[in-house]
Amino acid sequence: MQWETVIGLEVHLQLATVSKIFSGSATTFGAEPNTQASAVDLAMPGMLPVLNEQAVHFAVLFGLGIGAEIGMRSVFDRKNYFYPDLPKGYQISQFQHPIVGTGTFEIQLEDGSTRDIGITRAHLEEDAGKSLHEDFHGQTGIDLNRAGTPLLEIVSEPDLRSAAEAVAYLKAMHSLVTYLGISDGNMAEGSMRCDINISLRPVGTETLGTRAEIKNVNSFRFVEKAIHHEFARQADILEDGGKIVQETRLYDADKDETRSMRSKEVANDYRYFPEPDLLPIVIEDDYVEALRQQLPELPVQKRHRFVEQYALGNYDANVLASSRELADYFEAVVAGCGDAKIAANWVQGDLLGQLNRSELSLGASPVSAEALAGLITRILDNSISGKIAKQVFEAMWQGEGSADEVIAARGLQQVSDSGELESMVDEVIAGSAAQVEQYLAADEGKRKKLVGYFVGQVMKLSKGQANPKMVNELLAKKLS
Amino acid sequence: MHNKSVAQLIAGLRAKHFSSVELTRCFLDRIGSLDPQLNSFISVTEDTALAAAAAADQRLADGTAAELTGVPIAHKDIFCTQGIRTSCGSRMLDNFVPPYDATLIKRFDELGAITLGKTNMDEFAMGSSNENSYYGPVRNPWNTDLVPGGSSGGSAAAVAALLAPAATGTDTGGSIRQPAAFCGITGLKPTYGRVSRLGMVAFASSLDQAGPMAHTAEDCALLLNAMAGHDPLDSTSSPEPTQDYTAQLDNKLDGLRIGLPSEYFGDGLDAATGERIDAALQQLEAQGATLVEVSLPNSQLTIPTYYVIAPAEASTNLSRFDGVRYGHRCTDPVDLHDLYTRTRGEGFGDEVKRRILVGTYALSAGYYDAYYKKAQQVRRLIQQDFMRCFEQVDVIAGPTTPGPAFSLGAKSDDPVAMYLEDVYTLAVNLAGLPGMSVPAGFVDDKPVGLQLIGQHFDEARLLNVAHQYQQVSDWHLRQPAAMTGGAA
Amino acid sequence: MAIEQDEIEKIAELARIRIGDDQIGQVTQRITEILGMVDQLQAVDTSDVEPMANPLDATQRLRADAVTEVNRREAFQAIAPAVENGLYLVPKVID
Repeated sequence: MQWETVIGLEVHLQLATVSKIFSGSATTFGAEPNTQASAVDLAMPGMLPVLNEQAVHFAVLFGLGIGAEIGMRSVFDRKNYFYPDLPKGYQISQFQHPIVGTGTFEIQLEDGSTRDIGITRAHLEEDAGKSLHEDFHGQTGIDLNRAGTPLLEIVSEPDLRSAAEAVAYLKAMHSLVTYLGISDGNMAEGSMRCDINISLRPVGTETLGTRAEIKNVNSFRFVEKAIHHEFARQADILEDGGKIVQETRLYDADKDETRSMRSKEVANDYRYFPEPDLLPIVIEDDYVEALRQQLPELPVQKRHRFVEQYALGNYDANVLASSRELADYFEAVVAGCGDAKIAANWVQGDLLGQLNRSELSLGASPVSAEALAGLITRILDNSISGKIAKQVFEAMWQGEGSADEVIAARGLQQVSDSGELESMVDEVIAGSAAQVEQYLAADEGKRKKLVGYFVGQVMKLSKGQANPKMVNELLAKKLS
Repeated sequence: MHNKSVAQLIAGLRAKHFSSVELTRCFLDRIGSLDPQLNSFISVTEDTALAAAAAADQRLADGTAAELTGVPIAHKDIFCTQGIRTSCGSRMLDNFVPPYDATLIKRFDELGAITLGKTNMDEFAMGSSNENSYYGPVRNPWNTDLVPGGSSGGSAAAVAALLAPAATGTDTGGSIRQPAAFCGITGLKPTYGRVSRLGMVAFASSLDQAGPMAHTAEDCALLLNAMAGHDPLDSTSSPEPTQDYTAQLDNKLDGLRIGLPSEYFGDGLDAATGERIDAALQQLEAQGATLVEVSLPNSQLTIPTYYVIAPAEASTNLSRFDGVRYGHRCTDPVDLHDLYTRTRGEGFGDEVKRRILVGTYALSAGYYDAYYKKAQQVRRLIQQDFMRCFEQVDVIAGPTTPGPAFSLGAKSDDPVAMYLEDVYTLAVNLAGLPGMSVPAGFVDDKPVGLQLIGQHFDEARLLNVAHQYQQVSDWHLRQPAAMTGGAA
Repeated sequence: MAIEQDEIEKIAELARIRIGDDQIGQVTQRITEILGMVDQLQAVDTSDVEPMANPLDATQRLRADAVTEVNRREAFQAIAPAVENGLYLVPKVID
């Protein structure tokens, strides 16, 4: 049977506040264990939560970013369960009245097509601590530094149909939240983690199958692999006539498999009820309007503008708009050289390729946008060929200076002096009697191919610096 | 010295009639000689109290004294005190020495009060007799066969026995007012949110409120001045401005309208107690007040409503006691589950476990709407009853309890009968109103309390009514015979 | 209303409280009595009544996003039952 994958994602996004959602502890990543856990975070008796203004601000910004309804009166609830990384024995979350209601979110796929994915809701909650399973005499160590870090949990509708769509969704989400500046989006540090709800149904049917939830997947690649793996597992079961058990599974990246989580086997009864230590959050219209005014151009808007303003393809526009930094870089290159098409090729190709190989972020690029624009300008004014430009770029990357400095220092200036070129062409023709004879005997169609030999010889003679267009013209004239 | 009011002690200290060290020594000696009969203290902080008293004397000499400098008081063992064990009457916290102070403790420290010690209480403030303490029951100074009431029974007994001139308490369903009534002292539960809950071990977050317990309304006003105020670290603490709660004490009662809810004077009320309350009300009428009959039609629902909301909130407030970061931990847990269930099974007493189970049940899947949500809706109906009354009257009055103190053990095997003890006090917490208990006489040598209930943030008026009554009555000045000897 | 003993056992498990076999019968009876008393609520018509979570119907105030806490690990862990290398220790957690 042909199966359709139905996927819904829950993204847990750490918000970029300096202090925790309900206490004044720092949220810095990587501190010594329990040095950023205050009496509130440790759930010491009598300690009480007070809500961080910035967390509310970021949540509302997100809601505006996806055009969602803002919960003008939202309520925190307690989600009750026992776990050592949850000091109070409940997580403060939002259940019935989230701060962000329904919205939609446009994603773009590899082929350039777009899809609208429904967002069910997004709510504020606190992160839990970490359990460290290294051996402490057969015990587990608990670090509560992360406990109380603000999270925005973003829940999608089951609108995604493949691993590729899920990854596109996550990349677009990453792009949106970093644009908004509400999260650092650092997946390696767990700033963006993802639970995957996945079920299968026969292609052409509407009823949702029983789903499994895969917890805590924290990279795009693992999301893709976990979905592929889970698809295969569920399809095997269904094709053998079996039934999917609704359960929570864990993706094990080392073994590339999902497995049932024993700790979640007992059906949980979270006993949600309104958190009596906090009061309803009431947001005023003016507040929302002020934030709306502050919204930056968002990735989707930027992508559409790039397509229109610079005549870029959808795919190129999507890549270049994926981060605010990259988009700004690209636009600075365009501003400096005046040719969006070439700028797009250079930024996406050579620049991103080099950054990737060197494992550098854009901010650490040795070649600035202005410098790259300078290089492209020299291509456009025929000072150098595209091929030479690659060498120049390489040298610029190594810190040898601006494009002009490299060109001058290495003598890479394109030869466009007609006298100089003419003498080189004459020299080649003089030394290629047989080829000239062959050329003259050939018909028009064949000549076009044969001329390549002469061009190659001239280029060789000029060490690649001859202006190819002028060489062609001279050859055509001399050989006729 | 020991039979002076806080107001008189402040004056005496300033006039150098006695020093804070002498005063503190006097109360510590009384605790040493009399408390073995009462068990009203869990911890006595003799050394730090005397050191603080010496420092207070210095400040009194320097002229740098604050409002309460040198005045000894006792704190219910529910308020976290840095460096002093805070047990909350539970085995769970028997070894818990907080590394921080409750906001209330900080305020008293800043105003110069001396902490004599931490008073006994029903475990996690759950109880109406003080028989639910891990440290044993407290006895009533008027008759040690009787309970002192609860849960602030240790504070009430200590003040009644003149072991401390005043004490702090907390009231979730009557835990200041009921023991104040049983022990013949004055106690005030302020409006919900008037006093910070930070550092006060939580029982039921939407009901808990700290307040003063003393002999006189004037002393309660002085203590409330110290306690009241917004705390930015408690989201439920009110930003409503405070006032000088002593400022209106001398106002006359002419024109005051006092509402008498018919439901508080019905069949459940002990006849002799009812007579004492009637006499007190007639006295207030003689002082110029008008008595108006009013109705709180949902009164019969207060006990069921309270016994859903309070256990539900408590069941999750007490989840933090898990043996991981502080407090009791069972020995050699075999696994995580064993750590949790055995630590909590051992650490909590029977009544606390019962309430956790009832609360867990009320919040569990399938029952939430029928219990918790329903109780929250009825809670609003109960509050609306009061709001309607306050359209007609300034203050509501009635008995604090259905009868005087009962014997130890009389109700300890019957939780529901015990819960009925709070029938007149619970509604005040559900509605978030301020309430007081004022000594109003005796029935068979057992004290009886008159309850006064005010509008939100109208503490000053309650204190005014109580103070005026205390100008023409002396019930609040009576002292238990067995306690007047000792080391005074 | 009557509540079965196995239901009390389930609730006790949710609340992570061990109740001895010798006590479960009595606990069940007491809780049945309490819930019986509480069941009076079911008769009340509350169809148009907004639940009341806070007696003042107040709304949340917000604090500025600033770090106000310092590291007090030593003081906090001095009262902990089991710590090592700054971590709280618990019996092995199995995911």
